[in-house]
Amino acid sequence: MSTVAVEEHHEEHPSGIMRWITTTNHKDIGTLYLWFSFIMFFIGGLMALIIRTELFQPGLQFVDPQFFNSMTTMHAIVMIFGVVMPAFTGLANWLIPMMIGGTDMALPRLNNWSFWILPFAFTMMLSTLFMDGGGPAGGWTLYPPLTLQTGNALPFVIFSIHFMGMSSIMGAINVIATILNMRAPGMTLMKMPLFVWTWLITAYLLIAVMPVLAGGVTMLLTDKFFGTSFFNAAGGGDPVLFQHIFWFFGHPEVYILILPSFGVVSSIIPTFARKPLFGYSSMVYATASIAFLSFIVWAHHMFTVGMPLAGELFFMFATMLIAVPTGVKVFNWVSTMWKGAMTFETPMLFAIGFIILFTIGGFSGLMLAITPADFQYHDTYFVVAHFHYVLVPGSIFAIIAAVYYWLPKWTGHMYNEKLGKTHFWLSTIFVNVTFFPMHFVGLAGMPRRIPDYALQFSDYNQIATIGAFGFGFAQLLFLWLVVQTIRGGAKATDRVWEGAEGLEWTLPSPAPYHSFTTPPNVIGEWNWFTHEHIETTKTRS
Amino acid sequence: MEHTESNYYIPHGSYWPFIGSIAIFSLMLGFSNFLNGTNWGKWLMIVGALILLVMLFGWFGAVIRESESGTYNKQVDVSFRWGMFWFIFSEVMFFAAFFGALFYTRVYSLPWLGGEGTGAPTNNYLWPGFEAIWPLTANGPGEIGGEFEPMPAWGLPAINTAILLTSGATITWAHHALKANHRGQLIIGLSLTVALGAIFMVLQAVEYYEAYQHLGLTLGSGIYGSTFFMLTGFHGFHVTLGAIILAVILVRCIFGHFTPDQHFAFEAAAWYWHFVDVVWLGLFIFVYWL
Amino acid sequence: MKQTKWFKLISQYLSAALIFSISQLVWSIQPYNMTEGVTDISHRVFNLHMLTFYICCVIGVIVFAVMFYSIIKHRKSKGHKPAQFHESVSLEFLWTAAPFVILIVIAIPAAQVLIAMEDTSKAEMTVKVTGYQWMWRYEYIDHNVDFYSVLKTSRDEIHNNKGKNPNYLLEVDNELVLPTDRKVRILITSNDVLHAWWVPDLAIKKDAIPGYINQVWTKINTPGVYRGQCAELCGRDHGFMPVVVRAIEPEEFDQWVADQNTNKSFAAIQNEKKILAY
Ligand code: HEA
Ligand code: HEA
Ligand code: CUA
Ligand SMILES: [Cu+2]
Repeated sequence: MSTVAVEEHHEEHPSGIMRWITTTNHKDIGTLYLWFSFIMFFIGGLMALIIRTELFQPGLQFVDPQFFNSMTTMHAIVMIFGVVMPAFTGLANWLIPMMIGGTDMALPRLNNWSFWILPFAFTMMLSTLFMDGGGPAGGWTLYPPLTLQTGNALPFVIFSIHFMGMSSIMGAINVIATILNMRAPGMTLMKMPLFVWTWLITAYLLIAVMPVLAGGVTMLLTDKFFGTSFFNAAGGGDPVLFQHIFWFFGHPEVYILILPSFGVVSSIIPTFARKPLFGYSSMVYATASIAFLSFIVWAHHMFTVGMPLAGELFFMFATMLIAVPTGVKVFNWVSTMWKGAMTFETPMLFAIGFIILFTIGGFSGLMLAITPADFQYHDTYFVVAHFHYVLVPGSIFAIIAAVYYWLPKWTGHMYNEKLGKTHFWLSTIFVNVTFFPMHFVGLAGMPRRIPDYALQFSDYNQIATIGAFGFGFAQLLFLWLVVQTIRGGAKATDRVWEGAEGLEWTLPSPAPYHSFTTPPNVIGEWNWFTHEHIETTKTRS
Repeated sequence: MEHTESNYYIPHGSYWPFIGSIAIFSLMLGFSNFLNGTNWGKWLMIVGALILLVMLFGWFGAVIRESESGTYNKQVDVSFRWGMFWFIFSEVMFFAAFFGALFYTRVYSLPWLGGEGTGAPTNNYLWPGFEAIWPLTANGPGEIGGEFEPMPAWGLPAINTAILLTSGATITWAHHALKANHRGQLIIGLSLTVALGAIFMVLQAVEYYEAYQHLGLTLGSGIYGSTFFMLTGFHGFHVTLGAIILAVILVRCIFGHFTPDQHFAFEAAAWYWHFVDVVWLGLFIFVYWL
Repeated sequence: MKQTKWFKLISQYLSAALIFSISQLVWSIQPYNMTEGVTDISHRVFNLHMLTFYICCVIGVIVFAVMFYSIIKHRKSKGHKPAQFHESVSLEFLWTAAPFVILIVIAIPAAQVLIAMEDTSKAEMTVKVTGYQWMWRYEYIDHNVDFYSVLKTSRDEIHNNKGKNPNYLLEVDNELVLPTDRKVRILITSNDVLHAWWVPDLAIKKDAIPGYINQVWTKINTPGVYRGQCAELCGRDHGFMPVVVRAIEPEEFDQWVADQNTNKSFAAIQNEKKILAY
């Protein structure tokens, strides 16, 4: 359906801070999300550096163990709920309306609220660090009974998690409404760019699991303050019940953190290979099957809690299955590159880095899925290595790649390619220096969540710490580059990249405040490659 | 979904969402401090609640004005429908967590404590003599909260079931009336629905009173009390919300809002009401009856 | 299709080479791989680990070989013209089916090991292990032996005022003494929060859950001292509650049991716990 924006007595919105507080514009809100996420990345990273500093050598030197644990806990919550999820929502806001030829997001006021809950939520969350009893220190998984030993911080933490949940549910609802209702005429579902597809599926995951987490933490609250005994055996409850609830949320959550990255990579690879994406439809189906499977594998995080044999077998097999659709994606990306005419601008470099390093993380994931072996891996640094490979050179690399790829469209300026490449190489080298050794110390038997360790783990921990500082430093370069690009730089063309596909590239750079005030015509066959439509009924060519 | 050429309404900047954030922030900040035993906590809560009220009036007021002045076209309407639909779905998942807890304890963890299968050592060494029978009258192995009697299904709960089902019928009747433009029937049907909702709440209150005063059944009565009160409690809360929403719709109807073909707010409220209705059926079967 | 022949050759060569070198590597840095352990189960777990690892290496090598070949050959600077193909049912079927088959190859032995691990029947003796913040309690159910096991490392070592001994953080006052060649059933529970009792050399890691008891079993083949740690975050001193198992010959063990006349009083432990504030 086509959409023409009506602005009563048009373009005049409040300027200064009020513009940002009251905005209902998808680009403004996208920008807010992205900056919020960037700031949180530095905060969460600083916490990581505190962790790494304490772990530089055996013995307790810098922080108290309790504070160390709350750093671990906060680091994870900040990075997941404060960095990766907002970053993807920011990208969704900026890109989805442009990609489907819409005016704006479907529910603009709700959109504003989804964002503006977050700063309050994290103010509440981070403030707990200064309360007596300190911040939450039971790990981001918030397992009872330990989490119930938290001091004054507990209710604040729980309610801030409720806020984050509300925010992402509203964001997801908005994405779904937008995708299902704001598409330009002729923009059929199977014509949508994969970023839109992956986000649609991610949104369903969000709506399905965030409320479950909300329910779980609510039970923590009532167990602590209102005498219920959900997680208390004496009252007939079970601490493990919380783990089931948490991971029913938690596992789909990790795919929430990766599916949009798949979408980003699937847009970047074809552009710089100058060749249409290989196996578009199988990409869509693979994404859907990953999402489906993610609901029936949660207990692979709790193999050691003592489940019945049948359960352990089921969750092992189901988990292994996920390797199949994910593999399809990896193979499709490689085949997209195959026989293309590739160039290697920064976004492409990060995308390639993503494919390789995510796959490595996926392999360790598959190893973890083998229940008997997981009895050895579980709660060691091998797990830490696994999820940082899928999260840092996974989700974070994809986000960075997306920023490089679309920044010219957003700002109208080209970024500094030399600096960008430097940023890539530093990040890639240091991310491996940081996280690769963790596989070894993990296998050698170093548990997670400890502030001090036995002597044989020393050398690799030192390497990891050095890597962490290097990686962090590299991100300072990125910050500098982004600011520089916003300030000025070579004028970007509308299409920006020679091989760029999709509606967003038909808009001027920088993109106008309202994306498509008159809807583009994509009726008939839209040839993503030659960038025009042809009135045929053949399948995509 | 092919639509005709139309204008999609993009509202101007709005400060209500931000005020909403301030509201829930102070509300929960106050609540947390209240839980931690500071005495100013509850005052901050009240302030937060008031701001929230203002925000709701402001925000919905704006939406209603826009809707009545005809700025919303069919496409905007569709957006609202998707929005409401998926919101309700998220609510369903919230309840699913608590139903899940109920099923898990009944099917899995209680038998374990009772010594079934691999649970034998647990029962022998930790909870000798504990039998897993549902409903638990001994409040779990640790006897938390003292003896109590479970809530019988065929007293008030059965009546409440009848009431909610009837209210489901009355609201459907009202909807048909609205579509047929019989404003009189519409208002009667809607008033009935609100009334039934209110009665349900009263009976629910009586039931809680009974539980606490005569059955010795409290929130602290082990896992039975926990699941019972959390499920029925959250449901009751949603019924209250639903009734308030319906009351607002009723007032709007009295003011002559809505047309036979443009009345999404009414339908949204109706959907929501049916949702609490269905949840109740689940409760009646799994919490009270089986 | 000259190129595909080329890439077959290269990838085969590469994979062969890489697997060899990696396996060399893995063996050379033995302490940095999973321990093979001292029970039949732990060996089977180790083999499972290596099997999965090698399979992943092979797949990785092939995938990345193709990718890098393409990165090197199919670049614009080399004047390569982009092809236009964008799907191939047969290929897509192939790489959906192949991984599936591979997974079955892994799943079968995995299931067998798991089933063996879960069979706690026909145990010759039973030990009940209880986690506390932050120490372990060991009760020998069928001989009345009952004691607590607390970290022995001194605060000075932990706070770097004193050199660290080789067993830093992996030493306790009272070790869990077990007989070799006997099937021992271990019941694991907790007194406060979650803990996890982990001894890598026995390939045992089970959560200690307050109010519930988990069962595992082991049959140790070689005498020795085997060290592990608590593997579930349990608060401030989670890093300071190691597990140490001393496995001795059955006869010796019976002697040892006989010698255990008095058990340590809980009060004494409480004091040690106080001292334990790192
Ligand atoms: C972006 C997030 C992300 C992603 C994508 C994944 C992906 C996967 N994860 Fe991971 N995982 C986490 C984030 C993620 N994980 C986090 C955060 C934790 C820790 C939580 C905590 O405890 O704090 C965790 C923990 C975790 C565990 C629990 C470990 C433990 O605590 O004991 C397990 C166990 O099964 C697991 C498995 C997997 C598997 C099988 C995949 C699969 O999806 C991977 C599939 C991909 C591939 C396999 C590679 C590509 C495929 C091919 C090239 C095809 C051919 C390959 C084969 C046939 C082998 N993960
Ligand atoms: C998206 C999620 C995400 C991301 C991006 C990261 C990023 C990083 N993580 Fe973390 N991490 C988790 C998710 C994530 N992590 C989770 C879920 C856990 C589990 C928690 C738990 O057990 O409960 C965890 C746990 C975890 C641990 C284990 C802690 C423990 O078990 O006790 C460690 C240890 O090294 C670690 C390190 C790092 C490092 C070095 C980075 C780096 O990539 C960070 C790099 C960024 C910066 C460094 C900031 C940018 C730069 C500056 C701030 C400027 C100043 C810096 C310099 C001048 C150098 N993380
Ligand atoms: Cu005990 Cu960790
Ligand atoms: Cu998982």
